[in-house]
Amino acid sequence: MDFNVTDELAAHREKARRWADEHLDPAWAEYERTTGTHHIAELHRLLADQGWLGAGWPTEYGGTDNDAALAQAIFEEIRARHVLVEGWGATSLIANTLLHVGTEEQKELFIGGALRGETVIALGYTEPDSGSDVAAAKTRAVRDGDEWIINGQKMFTSTAQKSTHVFLLTRTSTDKPKHRGLTMFIVPLDDPGVSIQPIHTLGGQRTNATFYTDVRVPDSARIGGVDEGWPVMKVALVYERRGGGGGGSATARLLDEVAAWSQSTSREDGSSVFSDATVQQRLARAAIDAEVARLLALRVRWVQESGGLPGVEGSSAKLFGTESAQRAHWDLLDIIGDHAVLRREASSAPLGAAVEEAFRAGVVTTIYGGASEIMREIVAERTLGLPRTRA
Amino acid sequence: MAPLEDLAVVSNVCGAHLASIPFVEAIVGGRLLAAVGAKELLEGVPDGTVLPTLFLHRAASKADRILVPAGSVAEVAIALCGSDLVAFKRTRANRPHCAALANLGAQPLAEWDLGDDRLERTVLATGEAATAAFERGLNEWRVLIAAALNGLRKTALDLGVNYIKNRKAFGRTLSEFQAIQHRLADVSVAGDGADLLTFEAAWAADTNQPNAARLASYAFSFSSRTAFMTCREALQFHGGYGVTLEYDIQLYFRRAKAWPLTLGDVSREEQRAAALTFCGTEV
Repeated sequence: MDFNVTDELAAHREKARRWADEHLDPAWAEYERTTGTHHIAELHRLLADQGWLGAGWPTEYGGTDNDAALAQAIFEEIRARHVLVEGWGATSLIANTLLHVGTEEQKELFIGGALRGETVIALGYTEPDSGSDVAAAKTRAVRDGDEWIINGQKMFTSTAQKSTHVFLLTRTSTDKPKHRGLTMFIVPLDDPGVSIQPIHTLGGQRTNATFYTDVRVPDSARIGGVDEGWPVMKVALVYERRGGGGGGSATARLLDEVAAWSQSTSREDGSSVFSDATVQQRLARAAIDAEVARLLALRVRWVQESGGLPGVEGSSAKLFGTESAQRAHWDLLDIIGDHAVLRREASSAPLGAAVEEAFRAGVVTTIYGGASEIMREIVAERTLGLPRTRA
Repeated sequence: MAPLEDLAVVSNVCGAHLASIPFVEAIVGGRLLAAVGAKELLEGVPDGTVLPTLFLHRAASKADRILVPAGSVAEVAIALCGSDLVAFKRTRANRPHCAALANLGAQPLAEWDLGDDRLERTVLATGEAATAAFERGLNEWRVLIAAALNGLRKTALDLGVNYIKNRKAFGRTLSEFQAIQHRLADVSVAGDGADLLTFEAAWAADTNQPNAARLASYAFSFSSRTAFMTCREALQFHGGYGVTLEYDIQLYFRRAKAWPLTLGDVSREEQRAAALTFCGTEV
């Protein structure tokens, strides 16, 4: 095995930093943090106009000549400066899915629109009565000639308030097994039948409930076959889970910060926090877990690079990566002690409240994209060959 | 010399079958002798007629009685005594004075009395060269034991999975209960991670990566904890049969706890890992 992870983007980091210095408004990170809206329309337009959104994509669907590696370095630099560009995250996930399952017309229309920055697509899977059991969706789509009429409600439609479309999971047949009566659509959000209500979360992110009342879309907005939405969802979920909770890198950075803090901070008796053996052990366990998370995510990349679509590898990486990051957050708060509860607004918050924020933001990671309990069942079924327990 | 990565594959298989040979000690001891150029002591080692091993703990004084892995079967044991790397050799005639001690994992453990003048004493290296050779050997031991524990835990997991697929309770097989599925899924994913971590540590040693010592410590700690947890869960799901000596799972359960204990408390190894990670050195 070759564990040599050369930074393929090393040659582009400096250019990416200069790009960010020149174009990134420091107010954007603060805007995302205070509003919980993780999409900046002005930045999105800029990235599209300069051709960065289209870098590396097939030219027949609007791909540009921009260097794809430099584009990736720029996105990483933007995220490192706490501008999360989640609108593009969801949109590119759908565009990737369309490469597998879209018609030529849909690829030109939606991928083209996405790369020009005109089309921003939110994910519309979860409903008030169905989250991890995503195939239990009740939002109805009923055929009416060449059109479909959609009625229902979605939960956690993140970034919908900044999106033009939603990738919508609907039920088209009620008399079939639940996985065989689903159909996917790309639905415009400016339809008068769509309403968007904000939901604020523990992690500080603003998400939404979205309501659909007699929304009409043409049949050309249907992605995949009628009642064949589940195979489309499976492709989209693979793209969603492959990140594996960031592969431990964010946790590893946080650990370095807290370790340095613990070495320079004294307790009442004058000893450094780090000199406490229980602190060392908790830090080490978290560091080891972060390395394991990185390797499980690396395995997902190996599968991709050999031409495969990672399934259970992605689920394993997500399960371990997110669960271990949460364990680390709990321990890091304990290690910091009483001041760990202070929010960023409090000037004496250790490390600018980085741990307090990570603790809150990390909670959702074991829930979205398939809860840990679902990941465990996927591992039980596919790695261990145990019987399926979910209907 | 063979790459550590290849030896890790062999060690993994030894662990998977609980092979009754001290493969890791023989390999690490032999490599240590070769590294310091001890030609005479190496005689008989490559063909297996002479079995070397190593003391995992620094020998403080000559009078120390030290628990030695493979100590009841080895002819040569290498120890770091102060700043000297020393080989202690005994002949077949005086072997009984290092008789095996009954132990949890049924390993060939024995105490060696370094003050016994029947032991032939050879200084292999001194000063920094001695410490460096010993530390490298100990790190190889950590990686290869991690590999053995990974093989062990995979067999234990298979034993558990096979058992729950066949055993029925409450009108269905145990494999249909989510409480069991989820717990085995957790140890399965951790086991995948332990495999990757151990091969990364072997690769790091083979290619002289600057973080090789840290990764050896990680692989040893994580594989130790994962192997024991896997055996514990697999035994638990065997129910009453798990504690009968007829079922192999108890053998794996014993060895999973006993093997890492040869080095000592895993929590101390984790504290060492913290120092290697956050101080760049051992404290």
